Amino acid sequence: MSEHEYTPKSKVGKWFNDRLPLLTLANHLTDYPTPKNLNYWWTFGGILTFCLITQIVTGLVLAMHYIAHADMAFQSVEHIMRDVNYGWLIRYIHANGASMFFLAVYIHIFRSLFYGSYKSPREVIWIIGIIIYLLMMAAAFLGYVLPWGQMSFWGATVITNLFSAIPLVGEGIVTWLWGGYSVDNPTLTRFFTLHYLIPFLILGLVVLHIWALHVPGNNNPIGIDIKKPSKDTVPFHPYIVIKDGFALLMFMIVFAFFVFYTPNILGHADNYIEANPLVTPAHIVPEWYLLPFYAILRSVPDKLLGVIAMLSAILILAALPWLDTSKIRSAVFRPLYKQFYWILVADVLILGYVGAMPAEGLYLLIARIATAYYFLHFLVVLPVLGFKERTTPVPLSITEPILGGSPNLAAVKKKDSFKDQ
Amino acid sequence: MEKRTKRRDFLFTATYAVGAVGAGAVIWPMIDQMNPDASVKALASTEVDVSAVNPGKTITVLWRGKPVFIRRRTPEEIAEAKSVKLEDLKHPEKDEDRAKNPEWLVMLGVCTHLGCVPLDQKGDYNGWFCPCHGSHYDTSGRIRKGPAPTNMEIPEYKFVDANTIKIG
Repeated sequence: MSEHEYTPKSKVGKWFNDRLPLLTLANHLTDYPTPKNLNYWWTFGGILTFCLITQIVTGLVLAMHYIAHADMAFQSVEHIMRDVNYGWLIRYIHANGASMFFLAVYIHIFRSLFYGSYKSPREVIWIIGIIIYLLMMAAAFLGYVLPWGQMSFWGATVITNLFSAIPLVGEGIVTWLWGGYSVDNPTLTRFFTLHYLIPFLILGLVVLHIWALHVPGNNNPIGIDIKKPSKDTVPFHPYIVIKDGFALLMFMIVFAFFVFYTPNILGHADNYIEANPLVTPAHIVPEWYLLPFYAILRSVPDKLLGVIAMLSAILILAALPWLDTSKIRSAVFRPLYKQFYWILVADVLILGYVGAMPAEGLYLLIARIATAYYFLHFLVVLPVLGFKERTTPVPLSITEPILGGSPNLAAVKKKDSFKDQ
Repeated sequence: MEKRTKRRDFLFTATYAVGAVGAGAVIWPMIDQMNPDASVKALASTEVDVSAVNPGKTITVLWRGKPVFIRRRTPEEIAEAKSVKLEDLKHPEKDEDRAKNPEWLVMLGVCTHLGCVPLDQKGDYNGWFCPCHGSHYDTSGRIRKGPAPTNMEIPEYKFVDANTIKIG
């Protein structure tokens, strides 16, 4: 938080601000000191906010026309596509928007992994982010069920059946989730309710995520603590606003490409066939953004252990701030970590690829190796690397490598005393 | 110096203008989606068989979600409607203009006050009476007493043949 006291200039503004300090908040958000070396990977926070708002607005509109009933849901989606004014546009934005949301969140997460943004003092921001990510997956899954096509129905059946792996109570939980003996109308109506609820939970968590961010301030590409405000920072407005805005426009071009030129490429043709509880489609795959976890699930030959492995793959991220023992945040100064980072990126992409392939033969073998490596990275490589790795020298400030010296006097003193020894 | 300022002003204005067009293009679909959709517009006209309606009887049909009164008037009612002087009317309209074929009165059964459905053969003028706020209509559906501002509306309709009316 910026330290200086803010007083509105106008009398009315002061009167209001004394009662509800909204203007103080606006001033904080405008002046918020931001590291001046933030690169374009830092624009995805803003892009994600845009994605969330887009999903909420288009979702509200779709809910005005959609009917959550097993007999009418499929027809009502076709009604949206054919009859409702601009219904096709709004539904395509919402459906592709989910993919764009995940694309942005993966970039955002991998940015954090590269620059060590999850490390102290930003662990709480990171954990809130992981909760948001989990809720996003839940919302995406629930939303995918609503059109009541074949993939909706069988996706819902397969995912809810994951809970049946739980010993003793599993079957009971599944029946409870379904509200019956199979995925049917009661399942659909509760899924619609929860799909409507989750985005607002995410919105609340986003506020906490940003609040928690504004306590220590942004991390930056060289991952050092900086003095705020100083020569190392620029005010959020206009510098970051313009940069975020430009990146958002670029992102919207990609978004619009999918919506207008190839709106169904990320979906499955089978979902344009109405749900049929008697016939399962030949090839069931989740949406692309869930494929790596799907590959982990299938690579374990035991039902319960497979589910545990899949959930652990996500939850292990929450422990990351403590698994990574290195004090240096940015991979820029960690030559070994940088290589392991890219191996992890490749590993996750491979998992995504084999997740889309049939679980047999070579694909299964690759999936198993990639799954093992995924856990190895977090449980062995990261803890050991912190102790073994020889990191390269970290500059004292953002300006130091260019201008010499530092606006951060405390850091200069620390370095000087280091030299004396 | 002067020139540079002008160039920058131009760029700002151009950027805002393009941004406004873009924002409008995004907002319009979000507004237009609430307008009647293609499936609603497809139901915009209704055909009614009136062969079973005897003089002195009214049938009510649903058209665009609203009731339409189709009344086969008796000679007395027609005479009563035609005898009214225009200056006595709150919303002056001739009966001939409201019922092209004087035997048949086809009108939207919606009170022009606040949208209730008036009751048939009630009120001080032998026409309709709205129970919500007490508007009295005559045998031509014209407002005579009460808070309603105008006569009951005549929809677009025509006789397809002697026994069939197409509304809308």
